[in-house]
Amino acid sequence: MIRTPLRPLARVIDARAKGENPDAIERENLRLRHEEMRDKDRTRAEGRLLVLGAMFFCAFTVIGFRMGAMAGSEPAEPRASAAGSAIIADRADIVDRNGRILATNLETHALYAHPQQMIDPLHAVEKLMEIFPDLDRDRLIRDFTGKRKFLWIRKRLSPEQQQAVMDIGEPGLLFGPREMRLYPNGRIAAHVLGGAGYGQEGVASAEVIGVAGVERQFDSHLRDPANSDKPLELSLDLSIQAATEQVLYGGMKLMNAKGAAAVLMDIHTGEVISLASLPDFDPNDRPPLPTKGHPDDSPLFNRAAQGLYELGSTFKIFAVAQAMDLGLVAPQTVIDTKGPIRFGKYAIRDFHFYGNELTVEKIIVKSSNIGTARIAQMLGPQRQQEFLTSLGLTTSSQIELPEARQAKPLLPAKWTDLSAMTISYGHGMSASPLHLAAAYATIANDGMQVRPTLLKQSTPQRGPQVMSATTAKRSQAMLRKVVTEGTASFGEVEGYAVAGKTGTADKPKPTGGYYDDKVITTFATLFPAYDPQYVLVLSLDEPVETSGKEPRRTAGWTAVPVAAELIRRVAPLLGLRPQIEPARLADITLTSQ
Amino acid sequence: MKSLLYVLSALAVIGLAFWAYRENYETQHVLNQAERLQGDIGDARSRLAMLRAEWAYLNRPDRLRDLAEINFGGLALLPLRPDQFGRIDQVAYPTEEKIVINNPVEVSSDGADDTDLEVRDEE
Repeated sequence: MIRTPLRPLARVIDARAKGENPDAIERENLRLRHEEMRDKDRTRAEGRLLVLGAMFFCAFTVIGFRMGAMAGSEPAEPRASAAGSAIIADRADIVDRNGRILATNLETHALYAHPQQMIDPLHAVEKLMEIFPDLDRDRLIRDFTGKRKFLWIRKRLSPEQQQAVMDIGEPGLLFGPREMRLYPNGRIAAHVLGGAGYGQEGVASAEVIGVAGVERQFDSHLRDPANSDKPLELSLDLSIQAATEQVLYGGMKLMNAKGAAAVLMDIHTGEVISLASLPDFDPNDRPPLPTKGHPDDSPLFNRAAQGLYELGSTFKIFAVAQAMDLGLVAPQTVIDTKGPIRFGKYAIRDFHFYGNELTVEKIIVKSSNIGTARIAQMLGPQRQQEFLTSLGLTTSSQIELPEARQAKPLLPAKWTDLSAMTISYGHGMSASPLHLAAAYATIANDGMQVRPTLLKQSTPQRGPQVMSATTAKRSQAMLRKVVTEGTASFGEVEGYAVAGKTGTADKPKPTGGYYDDKVITTFATLFPAYDPQYVLVLSLDEPVETSGKEPRRTAGWTAVPVAAELIRRVAPLLGLRPQIEPARLADITLTSQ
Repeated sequence: MKSLLYVLSALAVIGLAFWAYRENYETQHVLNQAERLQGDIGDARSRLAMLRAEWAYLNRPDRLRDLAEINFGGLALLPLRPDQFGRIDQVAYPTEEKIVINNPVEVSSDGADDTDLEVRDEE
């Protein structure tokens, strides 16, 4: 680059000749040069700014376009990640303890219509009526030819029905995919499973929600996509549940009962192996909730877990066990049973006259109300209430069924001495058969509290000790004698050493007082008595046994034979080997000296 | 030297561009394949779920009981009973079967005493 000299010699000489200051020339030139430099800098800076602006403009344009494109495009699953296929089966399956399916999902379709897209609505109505005769023809015609733009026709279609609808060839009839809950075993375990229905419904999908039973209890767990491939394992055993329901149904019909319930429970783990309530329903086609009448009469009602009944003499063992635990009595203590006991306007009587005094053991074996009431007098209401609470009989059961959690036992408003006496033989308070099973399991489990559960367990429960193991063993021995020599003689099942207690309670009238000819009979058992493993509680609603001259309604004639048949049927399935009790040795007498 | 460097870098750019282009298409291809496989897995799962449901439906206790009753003539199936349990020491040992001689060989008894023969007979 050629630089202009600041002091050009020619001009300096010229200026000197004219007598001017040559420095002015230099300043002038310096100024010009600075101006030139400044102009150059400015243009460069302007250029840079322009480039920068252009860059920013481009960048923001790109971002803006991208945002617009993303906002306008259909959302898509990320293609590169592997988590795309797990969403097929949304709701987790429910299986029994051996992994047999109790509830699963099935893909099906729902049928809906866009009347404005229809070509021949009347023809479509005719054809639809042929496929679904239960539709309302006039209403369909009104809907199809009116102003409606959208209507559901069917929530669930079978593949055959879907094909038939497709064959109509009407473009206004459309299908939406649906997931359907299927209970392949039908009525078996209906009350435990409950059922499922649809919640929010859209064209593309609908959410399946549990409406009762474990489906409702574990709804959020079952719906969690993280659990979709992990089935919910229940403690039920499908074969045993089926056998229980079959035997119970037969027993109910034979004893002319209007309802029946059975609970079979493992005493160590608290697992409920079968829980049956009759009459039952099909969870695939759940009947609507009853709007009138007594809730008990609906098949939806779970008698085993939800039904609160006065359970009668089955409660006697609790009073006796507590008195033995407190050291008030021993099995051979003699109690005065002179009756009837008068208490205000009430009188406590026995079913038969058993003599003026009985041992504690005989009180249980013969089922004496008077004797038990006398023991309850020794205990007092306060201690009795505490003991029954520790057995879980005064609070609602915490089993995993929403219905059971609402069923809080009915207790007397004021726990007086009279209530203590009546409760000791099972009147004046109501609990469910499930409560009774848990309380008997505590006795069978050598006094350790057991909480019933419907989930499969791997370890035994370690509950608090409610009564001493000795007391529990003595109570078990008494219960065994009820079967061998007492009121439950029909309960003997060879090889399984059944122990148990019968209970017959008059049904309360809705208007107050009790019916004379309507009872609830209960048989609470534990087996095998020498090493208890299972507790079974069976109860029949309004049974009457008519083989004799006059109708018999006691538990010994109704609930006990059914329970014995049930044990005979179910115990081998439980893997229990029948054990022959050691026979009594023949009395050897020395005849020769 | 400089121009060689230019040529080489231009070639490198072309090469890399070609590689990136090819990689892009290969990735697309693999993604498509993975997507198809996911779809297949989904189909297989739904088919499996359907088969499981059908298996459970066909094996429902009510149906098995009915089938056992219908085929009682041929199969004679009954519910398990307590008396069907046994103990291993209750099972009798199989009796030793005597060897059956189908083709006896004639053995000459010349020279044997009568007493000898009698003894054999007793055996």
